Amino acid sequence: MATTPIDPDRSETVFEDYKGSYSRDQALAEASRCLYCFDPPCVKACPTEIDIPQFIRKIATENVRGSARTIFASNILGMSCARVCPVEKLCAGACVFNDLHQAPIQIGKLQRYATDTAYDAGWRFFDAGPDTGRSVALVGGGPASLACAHELRRHGHRCTVFEQRAVAGGLNVTGVAPYKMKADRGADEVAWVLGIGGIEVRTGVTVGVDVTLAELATDHDAVFLGIGLGADSALGVPGESLPGVQGAVAFLEAMKLSKVSVAGVRRAVVVGGGNTAVDAVRALRGLGVADVTMLYRGDEAAMSGYAHEWAAAKVAGARAEWRGVATGFDAGADGRVAAVRCQRLDAQRKPVDGDVFTLAAELVLVAIGQAKLDALVAPLGLDTKGGRIVTDADGATSRPGVFAGGDARNGGKEVVNAAAEGKRAATAIDAFLRGSAR
Amino acid sequence: MTDLSSNTGGIRSPNPFWLASAPPANSGAQVQRAFDAGWGGAVWKTLGTPIQNVSSRFGAHHVTGARHVGFNNIELITDRPLEVNFREIEDTKKKYPKHAVIVSLMVESRDEWRDIIKRSVDTGADGLELNFGCPHGMCERGMGSAVGQEPKVNQEITSWAVEYSTIPVLVKLTPNVANIVPHGLAAKRGGAHGVSLINTIKSIIGVDIDRFVPEPRVGGLSTNGGYCGQAVKPIALHMVASLAREKEFGLPISGIGGVANWRDAVEFILLGSSSVQVCTEVMLRGYRIVEDMIEGLEDYMRSHGFATLDQMVGKAIPQFSEWGNLDLNYETVAKIDAQKCIGCNKCMIACDDGAHQCIHHDPAGSKVPVVDEAECVGCNLCKIVCPVEGCITMAEVPNGWAPATWNDHVNQGLALRPKKGAH
Repeated sequence: MATTPIDPDRSETVFEDYKGSYSRDQALAEASRCLYCFDPPCVKACPTEIDIPQFIRKIATENVRGSARTIFASNILGMSCARVCPVEKLCAGACVFNDLHQAPIQIGKLQRYATDTAYDAGWRFFDAGPDTGRSVALVGGGPASLACAHELRRHGHRCTVFEQRAVAGGLNVTGVAPYKMKADRGADEVAWVLGIGGIEVRTGVTVGVDVTLAELATDHDAVFLGIGLGADSALGVPGESLPGVQGAVAFLEAMKLSKVSVAGVRRAVVVGGGNTAVDAVRALRGLGVADVTMLYRGDEAAMSGYAHEWAAAKVAGARAEWRGVATGFDAGADGRVAAVRCQRLDAQRKPVDGDVFTLAAELVLVAIGQAKLDALVAPLGLDTKGGRIVTDADGATSRPGVFAGGDARNGGKEVVNAAAEGKRAATAIDAFLRGSAR
Repeated sequence: MTDLSSNTGGIRSPNPFWLASAPPANSGAQVQRAFDAGWGGAVWKTLGTPIQNVSSRFGAHHVTGARHVGFNNIELITDRPLEVNFREIEDTKKKYPKHAVIVSLMVESRDEWRDIIKRSVDTGADGLELNFGCPHGMCERGMGSAVGQEPKVNQEITSWAVEYSTIPVLVKLTPNVANIVPHGLAAKRGGAHGVSLINTIKSIIGVDIDRFVPEPRVGGLSTNGGYCGQAVKPIALHMVASLAREKEFGLPISGIGGVANWRDAVEFILLGSSSVQVCTEVMLRGYRIVEDMIEGLEDYMRSHGFATLDQMVGKAIPQFSEWGNLDLNYETVAKIDAQKCIGCNKCMIACDDGAHQCIHHDPAGSKVPVVDEAECVGCNLCKIVCPVEGCITMAEVPNGWAPATWNDHVNQGLALRPKKGAH
């Protein structure tokens, strides 16, 4: 961790926004194109169910303040979601214009226009409710906990957020691809959310080490677990501990918060086919690595990374090796990784006898998933399944008074899912607190 | 704290946004849903002897890419039984005591007026609106605009209504007259508590050029309809303002005609409306538009320092004057921002063919046209056609001439600056 949480001279600052901001004229023109559909597919595609036609109409009538209010009323993290949401798969992908074979409304960019305007103007829309005297501990300072805490404050409950890093914000600060949003903008959002008052953030506190979950459950009237996921998963193959082989999430965090060096790296390999892998590929290209290859065990159609993101990576000059797995890493004369040994797979993902190959690489990022943190919650005796915390639809776990949302609950989805789950859990927590005797 | 509550001739509502008497205010279920969405009042679809309607009923004026900028209809008054309407009005008023429910009426004889007014008042409604405006169908039967176009008839029927009613009476005026003022004054003489305007404008919305039949088509025929929607706003604003500035008038006004968003509403209010009524935009997009109208108006009032609606009603009226009072020595010229210009030359062709030939190609060869300011009359045409916001501005020229209007010039001999572009 850098001495300052977000280094002004960090590596991610070389990136420009992949989707730039709208000028007023651009926003007006695009907003005026919206059909103002009723009960439309774009809203159904949004996990936070923002009233999209309404916020867009308000941009068109130059009621930008009202537009921002509509967005934040559904999703207090609307500013970051405007940047990081895969709108192509969500709202914009569902826009009725697609059925007309016309360009869908640029909902993300319009949302960015309204929310950025609100941030710039310092508009605030929500006040804390009258103090209920109840307190909630929120473990993890990412989007799920922030959305939950903000909603809890509107109900008047006191909130304490425990964050193990030096900076709150979770993946919105440490993990978002830099061409979507940079760490400082994520930190802006944290400050904006905290502006409602009454949310204490304790950074540098690792729950399970500095304080136990059981203690939190005793000291507070309810607990929300927004703990996200753990460290990058490892391949478990020979040579993985060589210098130059590291987890993709850890690498992205390092470049977002501090300075990383790709000096001497001409060729890089990213192992995996998910969105983190694609983010890593684009990040490496953006940092100037000449030759970046994604090594994925399936073919292009099977990758879980979004097609539009991979298409952008290809435009940025990335290559892929399909149907290949890393079986080991070889060191060069300097003791650092120099090559990835690979095995070709067939369509059933079985090794093809004798079909092995080597990819030269001075840097390898492993993006095959992240560890689950179910061990952390084990002391509470919560039900888990496949490492995810099991809850009902409102985020209530198997233990009364303990709720969960975000990646720890859903296994790793979008910021907007975490925002939706955090807010929904807050409503359930409020009902729990009002229903339970002191 | 910004107070949006409105009072139009004694009819109070939590905000100035009312549904106009039209299809969106046809039934109790509709009006109640509208109130839930935020509407402050509703003028019920006109009651009278229930009629039979045609199919089709509506037509639209689409303008190169912008759909339904104008709209018209040949629908008549309510086609539902009166007792059903009255029962629903009573039910609505009971459920929404703070909202304004106004009953729109149109019948013929004095006895009919007496009867229907008594039944309307008995519902607990907040006010009546006399429909003297409908320009299609009903006027052929001697009602609607047939009344509104005759000040004497207007005044007489208004006086009946005021006599029979114990609640405020608004008279809805037709724009299908040469000058609105005598008609507003007739309503006032009849004792009206306020007026609503404008009703729809007599129109043919378009022609089916393959069938040779005007639209909307009913079988092989059509008829004139009532024109409304955003396109009619300028006409409505003028009529509202004409009454608002008339010293003998002085009645509250409920403004109608092309109100589609909060900005339109602000304009109507600044020109003297205490409330505004909306139909077409609701028909096209639903009751939900009111959310933006309320927020936008509230925001506008807050940013302009208006604590109550009263403070802004008619605020622009003193600045609405006669041509003869305009300062002929006030001079503006067009300025083109070279940084913003995209080189479309729309200003140039507009000025060349439609104005005073004072915008030219840059002699130095750049894409940015140049304005010959010595010739520019400051007409605004270039600014209007320019597609880039803020690219062309009209700059005031400090020409040293003391203000002089035409009236000043004729009456006092004040000197006028030399004309530009008049050669």
